[in-house]
Amino acid sequence: MTTQPAKSEAAGGVGRRPAGHRLLWPALILLALLLGNLAFHHDFFSVRVRDGHLYGSLIDILQFGAPLILVALGMTLVIATRGIDLSVGSTVAIAGALACGHISTAARPGSVATMLTAVALALGVALALGLANGFLVSGLGVQPIVATLILMVAGRGVAQLITDGQIITVTSAPYKMIGGGYWLTFPFAVLLAAGLVALTAFVTRRSALGMLIESVGGNPAASRLVGIRAGGLLALVYVVSALCAAVAGLMISSNVSSADGNNAGLWIELDAILAVVVGGTALTGGRFSVGGTVLGALIIQTLSTTVYTLGVPPETSLVFKAFVVIVVCLVQSPVFRAKVLRRRRTTTPRSHTTAGAAPQQQEAGA
Amino acid sequence: MASPSTTPRPTDAGGPRPVLEAQGIRKQFPGVLALDGVALRLFPGEVHALMGENGAGKSTLIKVLTGVHPADGGTLVVDGRPHAFADPLQAQQAGISTVYQEVNLCPNISVAENILIGREPRRFGLIHWSAMRQRAAELLTELDLDLDVTSLLDSHSLAVQQLVAIVRAVDVSAKVLVLDEPTSSLDREEVAQLFTLVRRLRDRGVAILFVTHFIDQVFDLCDRVTVLRNGQLEGEYPIGELTPVTLVQRMIGGELATLDQLSGRSHEGAAVRAAGVPFLRARQLTRTGSIEPYDLDIHAGEVIGLAGLLGSGRTEVARLLFGADGADAGEVSIEGEKVVLRTPRHAIARGIAFCSENRKSEGLVGELTVRENIILALQAARGWTRPLARATQDELARHWIEALDIRPADPEAQVRHLSGGNQQKVLLARWLLTAPRLLILDEPTRGIDIGAKAEIQKLVARLAGEGTSVLFISAELEEVLRLSHRIAVLRDHRMVATLANDDTVTPERLLTTIATGTDS
Repeated sequence: MTTQPAKSEAAGGVGRRPAGHRLLWPALILLALLLGNLAFHHDFFSVRVRDGHLYGSLIDILQFGAPLILVALGMTLVIATRGIDLSVGSTVAIAGALACGHISTAARPGSVATMLTAVALALGVALALGLANGFLVSGLGVQPIVATLILMVAGRGVAQLITDGQIITVTSAPYKMIGGGYWLTFPFAVLLAAGLVALTAFVTRRSALGMLIESVGGNPAASRLVGIRAGGLLALVYVVSALCAAVAGLMISSNVSSADGNNAGLWIELDAILAVVVGGTALTGGRFSVGGTVLGALIIQTLSTTVYTLGVPPETSLVFKAFVVIVVCLVQSPVFRAKVLRRRRTTTPRSHTTAGAAPQQQEAGA
Repeated sequence: MASPSTTPRPTDAGGPRPVLEAQGIRKQFPGVLALDGVALRLFPGEVHALMGENGAGKSTLIKVLTGVHPADGGTLVVDGRPHAFADPLQAQQAGISTVYQEVNLCPNISVAENILIGREPRRFGLIHWSAMRQRAAELLTELDLDLDVTSLLDSHSLAVQQLVAIVRAVDVSAKVLVLDEPTSSLDREEVAQLFTLVRRLRDRGVAILFVTHFIDQVFDLCDRVTVLRNGQLEGEYPIGELTPVTLVQRMIGGELATLDQLSGRSHEGAAVRAAGVPFLRARQLTRTGSIEPYDLDIHAGEVIGLAGLLGSGRTEVARLLFGADGADAGEVSIEGEKVVLRTPRHAIARGIAFCSENRKSEGLVGELTVRENIILALQAARGWTRPLARATQDELARHWIEALDIRPADPEAQVRHLSGGNQQKVLLARWLLTAPRLLILDEPTRGIDIGAKAEIQKLVARLAGEGTSVLFISAELEEVLRLSHRIAVLRDHRMVATLANDDTVTPERLLTTIATGTDS
């Protein structure tokens, strides 16, 4: 039934995909990855409290995964509108560079006020970048992949200009809090990401934003005829995406107390797109799932962690990752699952019958 | 009309063996038994109609026969050999080809390539282009089609593309040809062209299964009829044993009364309605390349029919009034006040609603649920920051599902899984709940079954009675005549006449106006 083509009569059945079902496969994959790790490291699941902070592999996955979750969160909304945002990696770099640049030149780098100005500066610039993307896409009608490609390339250069091609290091306890600090024993980054995810889920599902985004992505022509103002919605999702990327950029640079215009957030747009797709939101737009994206991002992050815990040599780690991603995508594909299941079903009776019997007939009679 | 073919055709008594025989076909979908013990026999050299309302199981049966869905039970014998198709390729190899309503060809390559794609003549492992063109030309000539095989498929009309699809299907495997609603987007002349081809194939011994909603066409073309109702076999009849009325009775069971209620015209009081300031007045409204300047007055409670051939500019008239296309010149006033309808939002704010003829591409959002599709226009008008409460949404969805008898009555079903008629009702519900002053319906009854059609016609009459204006576009003259107070006729992108629909307006007179552009 899952592969039923769009055109069908009412008698052809009515597909209901409750949200729980949609999240089933990503959840199972994540569980399988975690269990796989457990097999190699028996203390993989153990979480200890040390100095009032939580420690453990699971906590690491959450903490290092937080920036990816945020970038993927914004990407989910963009993809739901049939768009894509390639510029998030550059935005990550620009946000980190701006914040660290501001702190490093400030009179009192360690003060809370300096940190807040730095954050505001980064978010303000990200807002402008998001508006620029949104204007290109919705105002000028540039294809999203082209529109955001401009900022992806140019933005990386801008980030290097801000850092002067150097790595800016900062010493600021309040800034360190964003990506490396702890609050109520939890890593602050995890709490921040969780809060933003919850906020996005709440706003999209409690207001009509989610439905209208899905409508615009699912059928732009129909959405126009029904009177939806798609322009504003499109601009909005690119702004949200840029803001999410900026927060992720702050986390990343805060965690290492430095800004690297060259490498911060490099290729994170691809991991984010992968996380969205693995989480069950189609690149063709329409239905999106915030929960799925979070699971998707955790899958990607767990995979990266696995590479380290298994001790995969660095030169083969990308190939290993690629292999697991392929398997994950195949397991997610209803077409592939149907094929594998069908083969199992047809081969089983064949083994019980004599060579002359036609296996096809048996299937029809079943 | 109802003269059955005089050529002797195979009947129950002896005669040739059926080329395809299906028995006791069962197909279960989650929650629905789509087919329950259905049988079908196709003989070589016959055109066989498969009839039934939407949801009766026609599409499912075709999908079982052509290997799209495996059957859950029953036997399928093709050419004396039992088969169970796992995919469409196996069905094709057994000699069953299908041409769907939407043409499944590649518009960007040539006619010859489309006919022979996948079976190109080769030389030294490369495509032998001249042999391919020659072969394609031969196939077309055999069937009396005069086409340049090197031309791009895109350069031909939809009707010709359909003929090419049929030529391809017949060349792939020539025993059984399934035509799934091939005529629903063709005009009269194109239908005749298609029928000529179908008859020629029949005479060559191909068994043709013809699925359609047009009763007339069944009597024009077909030799025998299989009727399905609610997923079950109602019966198999030689066409000579049926009249249009008895055929419809068999399709819908005992619900014929709904049609009778509408048989009288609903234009009493038209003169009263036409007085006073019209709800909408268009003067010299035009858009270059799409519609010549036209004048139109629509009064409250009035049904205006737009008649004309496909592509005559009917839809274009409506799109200007809804702001779906921008007008180049001319003016529109609503209740005497001049307005500019630049986008659909402007028109919607003025109480105008538009159900597009392209339900799938311009109407519904297939992935969203029935509930979401129904409230979409209302929600769009409110903007995303003022959501309708979920309880309100549920109530609205429940109300309209019940009011329009949308099936299945499940507000959380994805709308793309509904049948055409039910999708049309969802689209209607979406606009009706905004309580429009003017409802524009573009081909609301195309491709939907007779029961749903009658319901929609009844609804139009009722809305007009309650004071809603309706602009009703349909290719079916009878329907336009039955419902409209006045009829505007379009020809070659020009509004050529506006007739008050009194007893002097007959289908013949309307047809003459459409054909000649003058009201004689």
